Amino acid sequence: MAIEEMDQDTAYDVDAYRADFPILSTQVNGRPLVYLDSAASAQKPRQVIDRVSQVYQTGYANVHRGLHHLSERATEDYEGAREIIRRYINAAATSEIIYTRGASESINLVAAAWGRKNLKPGDEIIITYLEHHSNIVPWQFLRDELGVVLKAVPVQPDGSLDMEAFTALLTDRTRMVAVAHVSNVLGTILPVQDIIRMSHAVGAKVLLDGCQAIQHMAVDVQALDVDFYAFSGHKLYGPSGIGVLYGKEALLDAMPPYQGGGDMISSVSIEKSEWADLPHKFEAGTPAIAQAIGLGAAIEYVESIGIDLIAEHERDLLNYATQKLASVEGLTIMGTAPGKVSVVSFVMDCAHPHDIATIVDRHGVAVRAGHHCAQPLMDHFDVGSAARASFGLYNTRAEVDALTTSLEKVREIFG
Amino acid sequence: MTTDSLEPATATPEEAQEELIDEFGFFDDWDDRYSYLIDLGRKLPELPDAYRRDEFKLKGCQSQVWLAGEKRGDRLHFHAISDAAIVSGIIAVLLRVYSDRTPGEIVETEPDFIAQIGLDSHLSPTRKNGLSAMLGAIKGRAQAELEAAAG
Repeated sequence: MAIEEMDQDTAYDVDAYRADFPILSTQVNGRPLVYLDSAASAQKPRQVIDRVSQVYQTGYANVHRGLHHLSERATEDYEGAREIIRRYINAAATSEIIYTRGASESINLVAAAWGRKNLKPGDEIIITYLEHHSNIVPWQFLRDELGVVLKAVPVQPDGSLDMEAFTALLTDRTRMVAVAHVSNVLGTILPVQDIIRMSHAVGAKVLLDGCQAIQHMAVDVQALDVDFYAFSGHKLYGPSGIGVLYGKEALLDAMPPYQGGGDMISSVSIEKSEWADLPHKFEAGTPAIAQAIGLGAAIEYVESIGIDLIAEHERDLLNYATQKLASVEGLTIMGTAPGKVSVVSFVMDCAHPHDIATIVDRHGVAVRAGHHCAQPLMDHFDVGSAARASFGLYNTRAEVDALTTSLEKVREIFG
Repeated sequence: MTTDSLEPATATPEEAQEELIDEFGFFDDWDDRYSYLIDLGRKLPELPDAYRRDEFKLKGCQSQVWLAGEKRGDRLHFHAISDAAIVSGIIAVLLRVYSDRTPGEIVETEPDFIAQIGLDSHLSPTRKNGLSAMLGAIKGRAQAELEAAAG
């Protein structure tokens, strides 16, 4: 089917959504910005920017502390955002929503607090070759500290997870399976339902790194029956510095605190301290108040458009980009798993990814180049680095065209 | 000993800088400057196998950069290359100024030409980091030679 004949979704008003993102109307190197790096960090709509600004202008104070008006107001908004997050991922209760600095901290929290309490030498943790470093290094800490065994599931040439290998790696010594919901390089959506079912069958817990899933698809932690789910706010059109750890209440309850400080205790004496109830037990110190409220606003913004419509729009962009990029001579796309999300990593035979990124940047096009914090995956595919274009709710087919044109320029210069 | 490798193409680092400023000043268009930079990179000699080892890889560069200094008479000769073409171009201009100079010249020479040929403002921040890592390594090696001679 020719690209022109493909159905364009009429209900999706991308121009109106673009107008919500002030940064998208800026120019780079004298050209209109074409932002294709949302998988690294998404831009923010005015609804989020205004909400954060409003907090500081009219509703800011420390939370859970004062009895004065502003503290109560800030606490209400901060806890209100927790309820928005709970609803978005369909957690059973807000006590299961822990605020963190980002997904990295969420995973470190589980590794440190759950891992130290529950793991013994010889216990096994399974990750995959497509993990972001954030879901590798915290488990290496545990391996080195506790003598647990860290195993990694290989990836097929098309970017799918090798489920046969996963089945073989899963044993009755497996205690934790920590995998990406979606690969940040390949865009592959992992068969998480199967992974969770099979892991639970051997008595293992499952942590999903949802950083690249949460902005692209509806996530229902209860339907998944996942034990822990981690994501960052900044990839979900929210502020940086705020992230989420979802955990099943029974698991979180049994875990010791991660960090000590204010807000995470119910009483402290020099001899002994008692921990606060969930979720505050894991939230030591003054939290990222405005950022949490901003994340709530970001989720409401996404919900106002509809995550399913966003997914449909991004699928159209992905299909279009895949066709257009395939027409660029000497370009190879990494990751072609069926049903993948709108992330397209690629290499070119004529140019290094850093050269590609530099030249397309001259044309106003922002792509990522490098190892994407996934060096084991790059080694697995035997490339040092790759360029990556990733699409969000505000990208357009015209921007895919701009990318393709700038890649033709790369060919002219290096070819 | 043959003398050709000891003779840089220009007599002093200052002359090399002026020459580069002239060469790059010839182009109005940035795409042309990039093309020229890339051409210079392509003309870099192959890195001797002895130096294509991890210990000669520079940290602080997003692409892979190998850089090794070699004493030749009273001067330092640098071998360097990158797997990225634009970075190799930057290496080529740096070596024009800094390679086959005495350690004293290397330490004293400020890289003013980088701003004047526009590499400073027109290359992305990560590349600038790579550039400062390369400069730091070159100057660090020269400084070590000076200290060894003094010590």
